[in-house]
Amino acid sequence: MRPRATRPAAGARRGTLALALLAVGALPGVPTAAANVQRFPRPDFTSGYTPPTLTTPAPRAFGLEVLDVALLAAALVLAGHLALRRRSRKGLLALTVACLAYFGFVRQGCVCPIGSIQNVALAFGDAGFAVPLTVVAFFALPLLFALFHGRTFCAAVCPLGAIQEVVVWRPRKLPPWLNQTLGTIPWVYLGVALLFAATATDFLVCRWDPFVGFFRFGAPLPMALFGAGLLVLGLFVGRPYCRFLCPYGALLRVFSRLSRRHVTITPGSCIQCRLCENACPYDAIRKPADLAPPEPPARGARRLAILLAAAPLVALAAAGTGAAFGAGLSRANRDVALALELHGAEADNGAAPSLEREAFFTSGLPEGPLFDRARVVQRTFAAGGALLGGALGLMASAKLLGLSVWRSRTDYEPDRAHCVSCARCFSACPVKPEPKT
Amino acid sequence: MSSGNSTGSPPGPLPRRAFLRLGLAGLAAAAVGGVAAAAARAGERRTHVWQLDPGKCVQCGRCETACVLTPSAVKAVHAYDLCGYCRLCGGYHHPQARSIDSAAENQLCPTGAIRRTFVEDPFFEYTIVEDRCIGCAVCVKGCAMFGNGSLFLQVRHDRCVNCNDCAIARVCPADAFRRVPVDAPYLLKGDAR
Ligand code: SF4
Ligand code: SF4
Ligand code: SF4
Ligand code: SF4
Repeated sequence: MRPRATRPAAGARRGTLALALLAVGALPGVPTAAANVQRFPRPDFTSGYTPPTLTTPAPRAFGLEVLDVALLAAALVLAGHLALRRRSRKGLLALTVACLAYFGFVRQGCVCPIGSIQNVALAFGDAGFAVPLTVVAFFALPLLFALFHGRTFCAAVCPLGAIQEVVVWRPRKLPPWLNQTLGTIPWVYLGVALLFAATATDFLVCRWDPFVGFFRFGAPLPMALFGAGLLVLGLFVGRPYCRFLCPYGALLRVFSRLSRRHVTITPGSCIQCRLCENACPYDAIRKPADLAPPEPPARGARRLAILLAAAPLVALAAAGTGAAFGAGLSRANRDVALALELHGAEADNGAAPSLEREAFFTSGLPEGPLFDRARVVQRTFAAGGALLGGALGLMASAKLLGLSVWRSRTDYEPDRAHCVSCARCFSACPVKPEPKT
Repeated sequence: MSSGNSTGSPPGPLPRRAFLRLGLAGLAAAAVGGVAAAAARAGERRTHVWQLDPGKCVQCGRCETACVLTPSAVKAVHAYDLCGYCRLCGGYHHPQARSIDSAAENQLCPTGAIRRTFVEDPFFEYTIVEDRCIGCAVCVKGCAMFGNGSLFLQVRHDRCVNCNDCAIARVCPADAFRRVPVDAPYLLKGDAR
């Protein structure tokens, strides 16, 4: 303890020193890591002052996260019950609004099953990242329910689906070729998003979530415009995000195709009255297939053979394109971008260094490990791109093959892949439910 | 891939198709289960939250602009035990300040979010008023350059909505953000560490 009398002098010295530092230390534009430089010792207070302590408000309790999972499961059970057993559009709508309010506005959109695909992918790409069980549950539950009930998650639980469901106003029918073509986008998006997530490059699906800004009452302008644009489009084209973008929807299509039960338009047996033909705002009602007569079998067989022969070639070409595409995309990765910049910096020193480069120099880390990491990411992107391209090529062939195979369908039915079980078409059907036996 | 399904098909192929569906559905269920189990292998029951490492932060200012919330969930905090209680505070006073007082034009913080309270001659305590702080890191930079580095940024968990993918983490040039376990949600400086 120094005597009280010296205090002012010490304080004044401190002030002068600081001023001197101000004069010499001002190096504009040079980032500084906020290291603990104890330039000035902590004073010995004589007035009995005790410094306050830093507060650390706790995050949301884990129990509440578990509650979210329970609510998700309950909503899925209820949605299945309302769609399949009660066949109640009103009930589904009420559940939709409730889920929009909770998962959308209260929980502000995170975490959601759509985004959780990426957490799962990252767990495979980065051994150091463990997905919390709650997130795994968000990923798996809607898919498993789709195996039993169809896309009831889309019908009433998903907040993104809900916000589009409530704006459908004058839905137009899209020509089948357009539906088919746009319907492939979610697969591409899913593939690219998986690649980005597994390499810890970005969670694209979260970044490009068009509606999360509404839930949080704030979004960067481009995203707000994107979301608003989709909603306006949604007035005339039902659920544009669900049908033509949503990567989780792509997965749900597959699972719903295999579902044990699925909503039917009619509560009894279809009488072919055609009243429901235009009832679906999502172009998910399939007409009886014999309306389009099959072609002569010989021609069909020939086309089948050609398609089968071409399939591997298509897949190979697509894989090649995918590899090239993936290599280009890898520049979006932080490590790759920085490594490329550092690499380029040796050649020419003209360009102004990025903040990233400055920060890297400040950190004093060696370049070697960074370059190694970047190379691994580049390779993963190329390989992943090839895989994705090949898979998409095979899928395209399979789609064409599917079109060539004639299937009989005698009634008006929802297409299991594309129907979101919204129950709109139920009221179009004049058939009364058959009495339960 | 055809969009047909089994209901309403002629009676012949129905059982076969139903059998195929069941098999594929079982396969799909196994796939989801397998993927989920593999992803959860590390048995992480806790959730994660986002936090920034003040030792890496270079005070670029992106914490203010990149957060999905406005104002940002990142705020300046003060490790009082590191503070020198300087009369001229590098975090509080503008480098071109005419006098070392609390006149608005002498303050560095664009929103006047730092409260300066007299402790005893010649010491002052500096406190962040979080409702005003926008997380711009200007004071943090000042304190790091001219002071003890006792001001630093933290994600405040009473505000952060814990985005699945923190928007700031994506753009932080210093790669200072990382997921931390929910029971140790801060990366502090000073004694509190
Ligand atoms: S329930 Fe009916 S209206 Fe709704 S998506 Fe399915 S087929 Fe279309
Ligand atoms: S973005 Fe990163 S470097 Fe910039 S202020 Fe925030 S933590 Fe610091
Ligand atoms: S997780 Fe979201 S709310 Fe929290 S600091 Fe990051 S961007 Fe802001
Ligand atoms: S200068 Fe910026 S970071 Fe510091 S208190 Fe003010 S608003 Fe917050």
